[in-house]
Amino acid sequence: MKQHTLSRLLEDQAAKRAVALATDMDSGDQTLVYLNDADGPDGSNAQVLAAARQAIQDDRSKVYDLSGRRIFIETFNPPLRMLIVGAVHIAQPLSRMAAVAGYDVTVIDPRGSFATEERFPGIALNSEWPDDGMRGLNPDRRTAVVTLTHDPKLDDPGLEIALKSDAFYIGSLGSRKTHAGRVERFTSAGFTDTEIGRIHAPVGLNIGSISPAEIAVSILAQITEVLHRNIEAREAA
Amino acid sequence: MADGNVATGPSLDEDVLNEAAKWRKGGRNVALATVVSTWGSSPRPIGSHLAVDEDGKFVGSVSGGCIEGAVVSEAMEVMNSGKPKVLEYGVTNELAWEVGLACGGTIQVFVEKVE
Repeated sequence: MKQHTLSRLLEDQAAKRAVALATDMDSGDQTLVYLNDADGPDGSNAQVLAAARQAIQDDRSKVYDLSGRRIFIETFNPPLRMLIVGAVHIAQPLSRMAAVAGYDVTVIDPRGSFATEERFPGIALNSEWPDDGMRGLNPDRRTAVVTLTHDPKLDDPGLEIALKSDAFYIGSLGSRKTHAGRVERFTSAGFTDTEIGRIHAPVGLNIGSISPAEIAVSILAQITEVLHRNIEAREAA
Repeated sequence: MADGNVATGPSLDEDVLNEAAKWRKGGRNVALATVVSTWGSSPRPIGSHLAVDEDGKFVGSVSGGCIEGAVVSEAMEVMNSGKPKVLEYGVTNELAWEVGLACGGTIQVFVEKVE
């Protein structure tokens, strides 16, 4: 690897810019491929560019056989994000666990007494109303959204923005009964069944969780499942 | 936004690349090993990195410990020749007794010099 390539990779990572490194495993030649740009000997090789850009989309690194050449495409995506509405008890273990699992976590809660540095050491806090906070943070296809306040006044505005986004996961705390009420409110607000169906509720995998930390495990497990199963399904198709 | 977030798995791999860049800038010879394929159960995913300097000092991991020694000595060879190499380790490898993966998986590792 050329020093110049390595420095650019590190700059891209620091700037949270998605990039793939395409390596010819026989010659060692390397090309950096971006979503709209490329730099290196395969910079105008349509096959390499297409494979690399799909790999960025799928966040999957692997060896490709492209016209008889063994090309290793390694993706360097910015971290996944998790936006949590509600600086509540469950958000404390969830934000920490998600950070350990590699997520950039932001907790949104306008209630100053909940969203404090003491309760969420090292976690980014956003004190806007959840729709403004969510809009500003602009969830994309590498973002998971979880609402935890139990309070429609706070959860719903956040969910509305999330439902209009490409967030790969949307989950909302609350019993079946709570969720039925939520479905009713969103239906009358004009959302379709398919849109509302994106909300995982009751949130998390059913593993008998009781404590906040256990509930956090079930939520993070469900997010992990959705993240990887989506890509597996696309690969199988 | 990530500022102050707890250190995570992915950023650990980033640290390996940072370290490799630092070593190289400091004038040392450096080789980089990357897991490019895995079959069966293997301890480290594709894209895991190991950086080695001319003294055999290394950071990162390609297998969680099973084959690091072998990869380090191959990396030092690559540093001298400048030619990249593809290594394969697994239960079918004849070196399995010494450097095989205890978990029974197979992995392919690409080793290159940082020029």
